[in-house]
Amino acid sequence: MIEIDDLSKSFTLHNQGGATIPVLDGAHLAVAPGECVALTGASGSGKSTLMRMIYGNYLARSGRILIGGLDVARAAPHEIMELRRTTLGYVSQFLRVIPRVPAVEVVAEPRLAAGVDRATALAEARALLARLNLPERLWSLSPTTFSGGEQQRVNVARGFVHPYPALVLDEPTASLDGVNRDVVLTLIEEAKTRGAAIVGIFHDIGARERVCDREIDVTGFAPARVA
Amino acid sequence: MTPLLSVHGLTKTYGAQIGCADVALELHPGEVLGVVGESGSGKSTLLSCMAGHLTPDAGEVVFDTRAEGPRDVLKMSEPERRMLGRTDWAFVHQNPRDGLRMGVSAGGNVGERLMAVGARHYGEIREAATDWLARVEIAETRVDDRPSTFSGGMQQRLQIARNLVTAPRLVFMDEPTGGLDVSVQARLLDLLRGLVRDLGLSAIVVTHDLAVTRLLAHRLMVMKGGRVVEAGLTDQVLDDPQHPYTQLLVSSVLQV
Repeated sequence: MIEIDDLSKSFTLHNQGGATIPVLDGAHLAVAPGECVALTGASGSGKSTLMRMIYGNYLARSGRILIGGLDVARAAPHEIMELRRTTLGYVSQFLRVIPRVPAVEVVAEPRLAAGVDRATALAEARALLARLNLPERLWSLSPTTFSGGEQQRVNVARGFVHPYPALVLDEPTASLDGVNRDVVLTLIEEAKTRGAAIVGIFHDIGARERVCDREIDVTGFAPARVA
Repeated sequence: MTPLLSVHGLTKTYGAQIGCADVALELHPGEVLGVVGESGSGKSTLLSCMAGHLTPDAGEVVFDTRAEGPRDVLKMSEPERRMLGRTDWAFVHQNPRDGLRMGVSAGGNVGERLMAVGARHYGEIREAATDWLARVEIAETRVDDRPSTFSGGMQQRLQIARNLVTAPRLVFMDEPTGGLDVSVQARLLDLLRGLVRDLGLSAIVVTHDLAVTRLLAHRLMVMKGGRVVEAGLTDQVLDDPQHPYTQLLVSSVLQV
């Protein structure tokens, strides 16, 4: 479902003397439907960069990122938009809060974008927020003033409300208490059971051991340093 | 999929001064394209040329018309173009006073555009006007008031209602949230997002506010000196900018 081949990435900082920072070189991985792969490696080794490239958020310098047959490294913007609408979900570490938009609408939005009718989308959003133990009085409020853990649960709900065949998860259990951590891990297990291919960063070792089938150390994709 | 709008080689000069040079873009149905750049980058010139408010020196603006499929708008007759401007196209000005008739009631402002496309039944026109005022969150009790008695934010919402009542497929917006308070901006952005999603609108939004594009635009085009220096998915351009000028723009935004 997710196939990465000979992928490289570097950043050129034009306004800081044109410095070029190579981050990844020859990265490769393959994730089958129903499989969850953890990216590991020290901070700064390029885990998040790789995940952002899979989502089309960062541009690849060279290589291939095939997701359901589409090469994200070469796809036109409207093709990536369609991929994100139907196939590829992303749970980031931080919720991008939109003023005035209630939590339940934030969660329902991916379903509305996928063409599900409003009543169904909202019902699904409420069911998921309830499962994640977000107090019902918060559902109609904008998450602007929510705590970190509450925002993270809205974020997770938004990422799991649509049955994406491919998922990218950036520390989905960060800032959650034990009960909700367990709910999120169950959601991941359910996604695997329905056949989703998942790539994620899990600093929580227990979480990684429970849901991940394999680990890939991205340090192996570090560009050779020129001494 | 046929693009709703495709622009090729669009160029406009003011004497020796470049307005915009060799601009190309495609817009698909349901897409919102943000155009950013500093003052004088050519983004407003580009918008005016596409919308037919300025005549470009060269280029094509091909619109997928309902009746006849793709046609170069610049080669249309004046009446044809005006009809397009009243039906399938809409233009939201930065200053609502440029897009509203200040001496006519709010309901009249909305109804007028319907009458221009042949609506004659007073009851239906009034009903449509009231419905649209509600959608842009203007109370029914204000339908007979003139826009001069409205706040800036209300005037802008009224201008949007006036533009959208004929169910256009393409909306041009020039700094739609410029000159509004931040709280009013957020409300307007939320409204626009909802309208774009629910009506399947396509839009080209010129703004200098990168935060506005992140919320509203699917794709982003960065202009400098009349030329497009970078284009791509909005989050990709903002999070991984490639061109020196885009990197400067993104890094110059103050974090709140």
